[in-house]
Amino acid sequence: MNASETEQMVEDETAPSSRAGAPSPLSAAGASGDAHITIRGLSKTFGDAVIYDNFDLDIPRGRFVSVFGPNGCGKSTLINLISGLIEPDAGTIRFDGKRLRDTNFGYVFQNYREALFPWMRSIDNIRYPLKFRNIPRAEQKERVERLVERLGVTIDLNKYPYQMSGGQQQLVSIMRSLVIEPEVLFLDEPFSALDYEMTLFMRDQLQALFMDTKTTMVFVSHDLEEAVYLADDVMLLSRGPAEVADYVNVGIPRPRSAATISEDEFVRVKAHCLEIFQKLVRGT
Amino acid sequence: MKILSKILGPFTPLVGVAILLLVWQIAFWVEVVDHVLLPSPASMFISVWQGMTGGQLLFDFFRTIERTALSILYAGIIGIPLGIIFGSSIGLYRSVEFVVDFFRSTPASAVFPLFLAISGPGDATKIQVATFGAALVILFNVAYGVMNARKTRLQAAKVMGAPRFRVLTDVMLFESLPQTFVGLRNGVSLALIIVIVAEMFIGSVDGLGHNVLDNQMLFEMPRMYAAIFVAGALGYSFNLLFLLIERRYVHWSGR
Ligand SMILES: Nc1ncnc2c1ncn2[C@@H]1O[C@H](COP(=O)(O)OP(=O)(O)O)[C@@H](O)[C@H]1O
Ligand SMILES: [Mg+2]
Repeated sequence: MNASETEQMVEDETAPSSRAGAPSPLSAAGASGDAHITIRGLSKTFGDAVIYDNFDLDIPRGRFVSVFGPNGCGKSTLINLISGLIEPDAGTIRFDGKRLRDTNFGYVFQNYREALFPWMRSIDNIRYPLKFRNIPRAEQKERVERLVERLGVTIDLNKYPYQMSGGQQQLVSIMRSLVIEPEVLFLDEPFSALDYEMTLFMRDQLQALFMDTKTTMVFVSHDLEEAVYLADDVMLLSRGPAEVADYVNVGIPRPRSAATISEDEFVRVKAHCLEIFQKLVRGT
Repeated sequence: MKILSKILGPFTPLVGVAILLLVWQIAFWVEVVDHVLLPSPASMFISVWQGMTGGQLLFDFFRTIERTALSILYAGIIGIPLGIIFGSSIGLYRSVEFVVDFFRSTPASAVFPLFLAISGPGDATKIQVATFGAALVILFNVAYGVMNARKTRLQAAKVMGAPRFRVLTDVMLFESLPQTFVGLRNGVSLALIIVIVAEMFIGSVDGLGHNVLDNQMLFEMPRMYAAIFVAGALGYSFNLLFLLIERRYVHWSGR
């Protein structure tokens, strides 16, 4: 299959799922033509529970996609399937047509305390994924240094994770996922274990990073405000089996700031998402 | 009691020691039991001193250390890798769990005559039985530690591209270390018990167990108490040693 055929298929098959939601000025009918991750016919059940049934999705390149939906609808399952942590029952997932194992991706877990390796210093945690990528030691060191500089990190990375605050640990965890210079970054509720002040700070760190790198990001959040604040697109998932209930374009220019939250456009997008969400949980 | 610990500071634990010695001394004065059976604390300490400064006790002490140390070394070499292998495969673990648990629950002293019959009354037999007992304890604890490894950590290694074997060596091994040390500490206590019991069997010529039994038969009570005391101190020291190693190398445990 050549590239143009793939493109064609992507266009055709996306149409139904991304236009599934009620017509609304806000739902910009799904991805632009440039899909980074294509999911076709994805099915997954846990016991009797059908989480995904013949699910199609395109995740656009270089965009920040927030995934929002009711608790237990399969948000984590989706990124776990895409990142190969769990096996689908059926379906294909491709990154620019490539398989997962040929793709450089990062994953940030919600529970940084259980995701970092406490027996390694933070700097060694960050360097760890480079060990599997045939990168000479000197360059490994250089990469970490570049990353530290780019993020303007001032914390002492020679500390062990347990000697750091929660926010610092999650920052280390994010750095660990970035050091491989991923094409795609998955984040599963990365800030939900942090206090509010730290969450606000980390949101802006992540936004700055996204503006800087334009890495495709798939960001799961249970906080609608956060989901909208960070997103280019908010994907609303319904429950059992999961469907894309709406795919909402957030056109607010970056950098967004605390003031953005009270702007009309932001309030409107958020209200729209909330309305859809409430319909979903009420099951109407 | 708060006031007491404030005054005594780090010496607070010695209060219990002082009380014990005092009770013992009083029991000696009022002759609760015959002086031959219960000598004074002082006469025991004199025996400890004499024995440990070039006497038979010192030699026996080192023999027991040697046997116990060898046993725990072999037990670790056998138990840790097996524990990791069994622990990382639920199916494998389930299939051997009963056997391991059964033998672990069997008093090692009960299998000693069997080992005697197979390997003879030499040094090797004592070490074999102690290794056998301690290895099972270690295996069990390591397997438990591996099985309870944080799932997120294993997933993190996986998404970072670590191959299966590296997940085992880079994550599983470290995740199981705190529980491995629990196994090592329990294992060394058990190994010491087995070694000392073994040293009391026919054919033994040295070791603390032999020393205790020998002095008991000769009615050398202060010396017997001295050997018991040294055995206790040895058990305590082994435990302390492993605790210190653990604190140094498993610094993240419980944080
Ligand atoms: N490994 C698993 N085994 C069984 N059920 C699971 C497993 N992982 C998730 N589930 C179930 O699948 C559903 C979706 O889970 P998840 O994707 O974690 O939801 P969320 O959208 O809240 O992240 C939930 O009902 C959850 O209980
Ligand atoms: Mg989740």
